[in-house]
Amino acid sequence: MDLVLHIWCQASATAKGSFVRYEAKDINEHASFLEMLDIVNERLMEGGEEPIAFEHDCREGICGSCGVVIGGTPHGPQHGAATCQLHMRHYKQGDEIWIEPWRAKAFPVIKDLVVDRGALDRIMQVGGYISARTGSPPDANAIPIKKVHADLAMDAAACIGCGACVAACPNASAMLFVSAKVSHLGLLPQGQPERRERVLNMVAQMDAEGFGGCTNHAECQAACPKEISIDFIARLNRDLFGATLAAG
Amino acid sequence: MELDSKVPSGPIQEKWSKHKFDSKLVNPANKRKYEVIVVGSGLAGASAAASLAELGYNVKCFCYQDSARRAHSIAAQGGINAAKNYQNDGDSVWRLFYDTVKGGDYRSREANVYRLAELSGNIIDQCVAQGVPFAREYGGLLDNRSFGGAQVSRTFYARGQTGQQLLLGAYQVLIKQVGIGTVKMFPRSEMLDVVLVDGQARGIVVRDMVTGKISSHAAHAVVVATGGYSNVYFFSTNAKGCNTTAIWRAHRRGALFANPCFTQIHPTCIPRAGEFQSKLTLMSESLRNDGRIWVPQKQGETRRAKDIPETERDYYLERLYPSFGNLTPRDIASRRAKEAVDDGRGVGELRNGVYLDFRDSIQRVGQPVIEERYGNLFEMYERITGENPYEVPMRIYPAPHYTMGGLWVDYNLESTIPGLFVIGEANFSDHGANRLGASALMQGLADGYFVLPYTLSDYLARVGPAKTDPGHAAFGEVEREVSHRMSRLIGINGNRTVDSFHRELGQIMWDRCGMARNREGLQQALTHIPELREQFWKDVRVTGRGEDFNQSLEKAGRLADFLELGELMCHDALQREESCGGHFREESRTPEGEAKRNDDDFAYVSAWEFTGVGSAPRLHKEPLEFENVPLSQRSYK
Repeated sequence: MDLVLHIWCQASATAKGSFVRYEAKDINEHASFLEMLDIVNERLMEGGEEPIAFEHDCREGICGSCGVVIGGTPHGPQHGAATCQLHMRHYKQGDEIWIEPWRAKAFPVIKDLVVDRGALDRIMQVGGYISARTGSPPDANAIPIKKVHADLAMDAAACIGCGACVAACPNASAMLFVSAKVSHLGLLPQGQPERRERVLNMVAQMDAEGFGGCTNHAECQAACPKEISIDFIARLNRDLFGATLAAG
Repeated sequence: MELDSKVPSGPIQEKWSKHKFDSKLVNPANKRKYEVIVVGSGLAGASAAASLAELGYNVKCFCYQDSARRAHSIAAQGGINAAKNYQNDGDSVWRLFYDTVKGGDYRSREANVYRLAELSGNIIDQCVAQGVPFAREYGGLLDNRSFGGAQVSRTFYARGQTGQQLLLGAYQVLIKQVGIGTVKMFPRSEMLDVVLVDGQARGIVVRDMVTGKISSHAAHAVVVATGGYSNVYFFSTNAKGCNTTAIWRAHRRGALFANPCFTQIHPTCIPRAGEFQSKLTLMSESLRNDGRIWVPQKQGETRRAKDIPETERDYYLERLYPSFGNLTPRDIASRRAKEAVDDGRGVGELRNGVYLDFRDSIQRVGQPVIEERYGNLFEMYERITGENPYEVPMRIYPAPHYTMGGLWVDYNLESTIPGLFVIGEANFSDHGANRLGASALMQGLADGYFVLPYTLSDYLARVGPAKTDPGHAAFGEVEREVSHRMSRLIGINGNRTVDSFHRELGQIMWDRCGMARNREGLQQALTHIPELREQFWKDVRVTGRGEDFNQSLEKAGRLADFLELGELMCHDALQREESCGGHFREESRTPEGEAKRNDDDFAYVSAWEFTGVGSAPRLHKEPLEFENVPLSQRSYK
């Protein structure tokens, strides 16, 4: 199939960006979306032009590297999938596709479609962990965990940290990301000792990084490639309320 | 060069305890005077960096990804082995040790493997304490599944995302240390060389992938945890960025490269769909627990799978290996799939796969149970192929997946360059000629959490806390070499893209040094690869500038190293005139077509010394002795 692409091109963080029109001709329907971009880039390079910069690595939807807004939707039209899992069989001859980077104050553009998501790491640094020194933890079966709790913790832990939730949110809030980690660890007995400090510190850092607040649009849940539920945001709010009261 | 494995004396069960006691310690007050560089933030790198920082050392950790959490360990699906014997099914440290040595086809070092088995239980304890949400039973205890090459259920898992959850566990303890300031993290930074001062590894030269700036970092020791080199084949299940540069540059500086031709071709990947494809996708081996592998008996079969009656199907693994059936080790399952396809019995539009069929399991346990076990894998398959595996059998075919070879290390995980430690997939030590499923995660974490903190401390105690000056002439010299290489790549301005060269190299490697190898083919490859390399350095086109975010330059630098590594792999495969594990020499097979080992002539580790680009590498041998697991021909009948 032949497609027309309008891709956001921006030479650096400080440069002015704009949409540039590219033609993607003769694309196989079984190719993935990123393979389609590979083909466009190969042709650009053969013509001596610089390729379009985009982030990618595992190309199987688990590393969280890739992520662009396709036709106004983070990760594109396919529900519950990362950009790299989108295949061209979802498009048809002659389609025009707009492709742009995550848009958020906390995610400055590095080049073209690549953004800096270091803010998510900095949120993790202040509490996204259980302090368990390497050494002598108790036997793994010493503390049984109800299957429903373990399964729910796993649902939250499935987050790949791609940032689509931020890109989808009208407030550019990172609430779904933060709530997933707070819930994953808070659902487990091992995560209880640091539970209150965790939620307070992570939310404070999220605010400090310039992410917006959550006003319940639920766009994040719709865009999440791992279909993480906004129920976890409710859980976070409950934890935050309790922790704030306890902190006086 | 004499290779000293430094394996401690005494009974195998006591070696590690004895070795730990004999190791020198660094006084707690002195630990902060030491700096350690860790390159790579996967399971091995992240667990090592975090554990070393907890001990009190100053750690710098480098990764090419934008965050430590994205290292390729994250893509491991199936699980992690541990000899916990929670299932009461006869597992033990000894059995895991035995299975791993046998599964590796007797080409690994017994003492290392025993230590790995011994530490396996600690890993599970550690991970649960960190909050890794392993699968559990209704009683709240941990669940296990079985995996290829074992007859016990010792694999712990977190849905089909075990690697992700273990990596996030390690990343979380790492990022905590980053927050405290004991680890300084350098994302989007690629190590391009190692710096030796007076023969010891004392630092690295890295390129900042955003600004293109080349800079030096000095330390008391360097730990390389940069994973494997399957991307030499272009098509592999590795992430696109996985590369050999760190270990190859260390090899060029004097670290011997062990068993480079030992590569693992994973049996259950989605077959290629066309020329445009950029990589292959793995489907977890755990699927073989419930899926039955078959091809039509007839060549050139055109009927749909469901229209082929039972009597006209060949469940070849069940037929050939009745006691292991569909759970034979990876090397055997892969080779048999290739035979079926080569025999004209392949399935799918391009006839390049075999069926992995869940029909019988769905009938036996019901679709909900299969969904619970493999739901996300089935979804993943459907997304890629557009076919629903609940209704039509999956199509699978082998693909390069893991490299057992890597830099040679002794029992301390130290390479032949003093002060350069190599952990995880980047070293060669534990898996011999074939790795068992769910053992890579185990090895990465054992190395990082439990082995390296001891052996590296011993090294640091011996070298003392005197710092290396990053202004030392050796750093400037290596920086200049690195900068020169970058500008040379950009300056060629030829006619072919980096990927076109990479695809060509990959094709040579797959045809000549892939699932089956022979003398003639390897000799041809040894002519073709140097020619291709020469052409690359004359005709590659790298666009853009060095002082910029430049993905074309990153790829070119990595491919330049793959073009040298590929040649070494072929030398190694040619020299090893036996079949063992993943290395199948067509000249060496039993009458039934199985791999035929030659223990009289090849029971050693091949450790290669770099002698210059295009010049024949020099072979050093580390003899392997099997005192605890008697040598025998593997049989999975």
